[in-house]
Amino acid sequence: MSKSSTSVSVWLPVLALAWLVPGGGHLMLRRTTRGLLLAASITLTFLFGILMRGAMFTPMTGDLLTTIIYCGGFLGDLASGILYLFTIWMGYSQPEVAGHVHDYGTKFLVAAGLMNVLAMVDAYEIAVGKKS
Amino acid sequence: MPKMNLSHFEAALLFALFTSVVLGIVTKKTDAERIRYGLRSFAYFILVLFGLGWLMYFGHG
Repeated sequence: MSKSSTSVSVWLPVLALAWLVPGGGHLMLRRTTRGLLLAASITLTFLFGILMRGAMFTPMTGDLLTTIIYCGGFLGDLASGILYLFTIWMGYSQPEVAGHVHDYGTKFLVAAGLMNVLAMVDAYEIAVGKKS
Repeated sequence: MPKMNLSHFEAALLFALFTSVVLGIVTKKTDAERIRYGLRSFAYFILVLFGLGWLMYFGHG
């Protein structure tokens, strides 16, 4: 019981910071170079998504495909942490429009979140001692 | 804020670059392995990019 709660207290703050700030989990664990590279890659992917006027997903239900795409896309966007929250707070609202640049932008925004999920898992594994 | 206009190739190249960096960092255990994996991943992205590009070119006749 105490071992379990100790490990949660070790990895939970790392995981939370890794979600909120891309690369933050690695920086907290003093993996500075990796943390900065992750932060740069994820932030740049997100910024290029914004510059290409990608659309943010909002959760929407309906048929199965709609639910998977819109709810999954929303989770992907949300996984970018502060980047997503700040963008929404600043009032970014891009409607879905036709065009390959917008389309790439939308994918870049989701991809940034998915990359951050990978970074979160890596930070978690370092925190619990599975990786160095 | 003006919209950035990138071609398919430029957008895919940027995507390949950033994704390869992240994959290299989170996948391997040593720095040498990370660099090697990142470079290999980037090379595969580019290879597939050109492969699919030519496939679509010939597919359209």
